[in-house]
Amino acid sequence: MTRSSAGSTAHRLFSTTAAVAFVALLAGQAAAAEELNALVWCDHTDPALIEPFEKANDVKVNLKEYEGTGAGISILEQSRPGDWDVMVIDAVDVHRVIDMGLLGEMPADALPSADLFPELRMEANNTKDGKTYAVTEKFGYNTISYDKTKVDPKDMEDLSVIWSDKYKGRIALYDYYLPMIGLVQLGLGKKTAELSEADMPAIEEKLSAMKAVSKQVSDVISSQTALATGEVDILVGGGEWITASLAKDKPNLDWIVPKQGAVRWAQSIAVMKDSAKPDLALKFVQYIMSPEGQARLATSSCYWGMPTNQKAGEHLAPEQKQALRWDDQAGYLQNTQLYPVPSAELDQKMQDAWTNMMQQ
Amino acid sequence: MTTATLEDRERRKAWGFVAPAFIWTLAFFVVPFVYMVAMSLWSRQGRDIVRAWNLDNYARFLTEGALLKGLTNSLEITLTVTALSVLLAYPLAWIIAERVPKRWQRMALILAILPFWTSYVVRSYSWLLVLSKGGVINQALLGIGLISEPLELASNRTATVIGFVHFFVMLLTLTIYSNLIQLSPNYRRAAADLGANGFQTFRHVILPLTLPGIMTGAFLTFVLCIGDYITPQILGGNNELVLPQIIMLQIGRRADFPMAAALSIILMLAVTVAYIACARWLKIERA
Repeated sequence: MTRSSAGSTAHRLFSTTAAVAFVALLAGQAAAAEELNALVWCDHTDPALIEPFEKANDVKVNLKEYEGTGAGISILEQSRPGDWDVMVIDAVDVHRVIDMGLLGEMPADALPSADLFPELRMEANNTKDGKTYAVTEKFGYNTISYDKTKVDPKDMEDLSVIWSDKYKGRIALYDYYLPMIGLVQLGLGKKTAELSEADMPAIEEKLSAMKAVSKQVSDVISSQTALATGEVDILVGGGEWITASLAKDKPNLDWIVPKQGAVRWAQSIAVMKDSAKPDLALKFVQYIMSPEGQARLATSSCYWGMPTNQKAGEHLAPEQKQALRWDDQAGYLQNTQLYPVPSAELDQKMQDAWTNMMQQ
Repeated sequence: MTTATLEDRERRKAWGFVAPAFIWTLAFFVVPFVYMVAMSLWSRQGRDIVRAWNLDNYARFLTEGALLKGLTNSLEITLTVTALSVLLAYPLAWIIAERVPKRWQRMALILAILPFWTSYVVRSYSWLLVLSKGGVINQALLGIGLISEPLELASNRTATVIGFVHFFVMLLTLTIYSNLIQLSPNYRRAAADLGANGFQTFRHVILPLTLPGIMTGAFLTFVLCIGDYITPQILGGNNELVLPQIIMLQIGRRADFPMAAALSIILMLAVTVAYIACARWLKIERA
């Protein structure tokens, strides 16, 4: 083949490919009649969770991922009304967004509240003045994950291990100040709900001790990687959300709720007040809260966690339920406390304490 | 009269050429920058942004140890990375320009910049795997019996510096190489004729003539390194925060845009100081 004919063939091939791609693009646009914009945590970005809803409703769900309520509020503050239809948020922070006037009311009878674990209905967090603004969709624990082949599991039963010298240089700290400060509060024998400025000096002292014995402070992916690769043997702030998805490949990883208890995380889902598609947004929430949607959300590729809808158990395989420790939940729920809910001023002090710890 | 009209026409034509760049700079640098300066003088009180001008954010920066340490960490890491990158890139560029046959130079350059083709984040995570306890280095040292316990190579400043240097050596090699190949061999011949040995020729002729290439690359390294937060985040193990990480914390966790703006201005001031220090070699001269 001559150079020119090869070029001509390449040109034809390119033109054809471009034309096909353009038609495919148009077809793709035509395929989804509607779009839904959702501000979510990374577990909602799993195609196995989203695609069934998209196909069933002929809709394209555009997902924007964020981590931490501050980041979510920051995105909302930069957005225009109507930019977002659905939002996933820390259950304890739902009122912050309600008070900003951003969440729309959902008809309570459209949600499967009766099927939820009673402790996860969280009316005080999801409702205001008798109106429902959010529903809790998933939960789990910030506690201690560890490699049971490298540490003494008995040591993990006491929270004070997180600031003891015994495992110096073998500990990773999960980089999210709220649950971590909550854990310290529990380690000091106090309740997360009662955390006040008066507790901060003692907490800062323990944070400093934790930093001194830790190897790193890391986000979700780095924490999981560090534990899985043996870079560290203990992850403070971890839990089933770190180890459950690795259960098959890394049976040496385990987690525990220590005797002092652990912090319980819970995430809620809500419809935005200015959504131009409130019915579709509600439909999405209903899908996520359905037993099938809940099972998919619980075993999302980003991180696993307990579904709040008890009927999801029917759609989970026995080994999945075992990895989530489905049968132990009653005990865990009793011995765990929600994240602290600080005022703006206390929140700033907590963040300052966390930043100071990282810089020490 | 005719001349004036011609000059006017030329001037208008010149403005026509300059206008797009001028409008671009105005719209995407000057206006946002002025807005950022103004925002840095606001403050976040509780969950509200108060638009009353004050210097609280700058005062906070100067009085809070954790914030000030962010800047000193950034400067220490950046200066170390810049110096090491220059020291490694210069011999590499010199070997490519002087010792590699002309027809292989292009290939050598491509090989030198090959790591650029991979994602920045992937490259940082790859370094983590190399430096970790179970990584290549520790496994090799353990394997040959040089060490009995894995070395702590990851999640510290050394790891951050290694990740940065790997990246910036490539950049500096390009700028220094482009400078070296422009040097006429006559300079070296003249120096030799005048009795200079190899080192003296390098010290008094080659090095001064390649300083613009070194300084251009060093300045680019400084700017890119001091503004980066991904490498320290991944390789540093968050054991010390650099200023861009602290800026990200203000935005991501507090939605404190005024403080983030103030810290960004401080970061820009650091870059401005670096520019002034390098300006002597960075100026563009007409031929």
